[in-house]
Amino acid sequence: MSMTEKHKKLEKNVTLLAVAAFAAVTVGGLVEIAPLFWIDNTIEKVDGMRPYTPLEQAGRDIYVREGCYVCHSQMIRPFRDEVERYGHYSLAAESMYDHPFQWGSKRTGPDLARVGGRYSDEWHVQHLENPQSVVPESVMPQYGFLAESPLKVQDMAANLTALSRVGVPYTDAQIAHADADMKVQANPDADTGGLTERYGEQVNLRDFDGKPAKLTEMDALVAYLQVLGTMVDVNAAAAQEDLATEKGR
Amino acid sequence: MVDTDNTPASAGRRLDEATNTETVGHEWDGIEELDTPLPRWWLWIFYATIVFSIGYVIAYPALPMISKGTEGVLGWSSRSDLTDDLKAADAKRSQVVAALAGMPIERLETDSKLMRAAVSGGEAAFKVNCVQCHGARAAGLPGYPNLNDDDWLWGGDLKAIHQTLQHGIRQPGDDQTRFSQMPAFGRDGILTGAEIADVTSFVRTLSGLEPKSAASQRGGALFEANCAVCHGATGTGMREFGAPNLADAIWLYGGSRDDITATITTARYGQMPAWGQRLDPVTIKMLTAYVHSLGGGENFVAVAKAADKDASQDANGLDDATD
Repeated sequence: MSMTEKHKKLEKNVTLLAVAAFAAVTVGGLVEIAPLFWIDNTIEKVDGMRPYTPLEQAGRDIYVREGCYVCHSQMIRPFRDEVERYGHYSLAAESMYDHPFQWGSKRTGPDLARVGGRYSDEWHVQHLENPQSVVPESVMPQYGFLAESPLKVQDMAANLTALSRVGVPYTDAQIAHADADMKVQANPDADTGGLTERYGEQVNLRDFDGKPAKLTEMDALVAYLQVLGTMVDVNAAAAQEDLATEKGR
Repeated sequence: MVDTDNTPASAGRRLDEATNTETVGHEWDGIEELDTPLPRWWLWIFYATIVFSIGYVIAYPALPMISKGTEGVLGWSSRSDLTDDLKAADAKRSQVVAALAGMPIERLETDSKLMRAAVSGGEAAFKVNCVQCHGARAAGLPGYPNLNDDDWLWGGDLKAIHQTLQHGIRQPGDDQTRFSQMPAFGRDGILTGAEIADVTSFVRTLSGLEPKSAASQRGGALFEANCAVCHGATGTGMREFGAPNLADAIWLYGGSRDDITATITTARYGQMPAWGQRLDPVTIKMLTAYVHSLGGGENFVAVAKAADKDASQDANGLDDATD
């Protein structure tokens, strides 16, 4: 049997074919997937990343529930056109606490990776209630019901526990105070000392939806939107230099 | 199934008469398969891609190793590529940027070429930063002013627009921000519901939306006492307080009875970010020029107390030129 005829042996023996196919896939997996688990430089070392506060995490859950990701990506690519429109390109580290991450390449709406702090809370509320009232050509659906729905999360502590199991470094104190922290963040009159101790001074503490008396899903979603892309000071001079000189990506 | 492969290669093969091609040598129920060779051109391109991939792996970041991937002999990275792109773009603009940086904003109009460059730069920056509130083409939306008309809340000359952009409107933490606050006449109990209805009638007579009536007469007296201090005795507004002109046909929050009643009851005051904290000074100058160019831009008239004599002369010269 000449060299060119040998593949016939594989094709006619189903066990041999299965073993050989498995071997081929294994090599592919070893080369393409496995290194991500041990190569350190895929995630940059950055200052400022923290896990989401319970209210932000609840807002994130609403973001996922409403399918915002179907039209909005959260990944600014390192191209001039994207950087000039959306801001500094996204770093892998900025979504390291996202489960699941919200990257994507399909944008019916704009990228939201750095939407935090770009607009006022009032703008977000008005835009979510009726997007066409501020962007007439928008095709985004209306989410006014969020302002009417009280934020109901059965057990925020359990949510944080689940996240900590997949690698988000929530401390025991953060998990223990999850439910209280969630309510306190959108209530400017409450004593919020514990929250800033646990999540840092940068946390946005205010009523987000213009209805201080009620904790709504709108509060949670706007709190989440307002923190997107704001944790890491990517424009700091030192950070810029590091990123520009780094090789291999 | 008959295994025909035990025979030496090509022994069981038959030349198909119709196509003059060999069969692969097996046969099921009289059906045979032609052993047509791959086209040469296809095969060579396939081999070429293999050779190319070897070169690519050497030249570019590719193989994962223990602590990081290979860097490639070209040292390419998407991020340094972007930095180069941005630098090249900056270099192209550097002349305009340097000229703009050294040009006091109120004198920008004296250099028509620079003004044009600034306007086109401002148009691009406007699309990124401003259209979300002020709307495409700056046409405004309820609560967010139209920038195409000549109805300005805080002033429409280059310097005033620049000040508004730089320091924003009602921004905490910026001591030069534009600030004023209309009292919530109804909510805070300054006026009763009936009084507010009277004032509403009066305000609507100012722009001819309603004929004069007994209610508007009563409202006029209330306006005099409560509103004229900011909106002026004739309701034409005062820019130092950002108090809008109530006697024209332009309404920021709507001119219907309901809208005006709501405004007087709970008060309205918009906000705008202090862009000086987010954008570089040249971009702000460009935005100023763009907003000024939209149609309502006013000439800068230096106030008498201005220390800079040159500036006032230039401004006067400007007036002459446009008169």
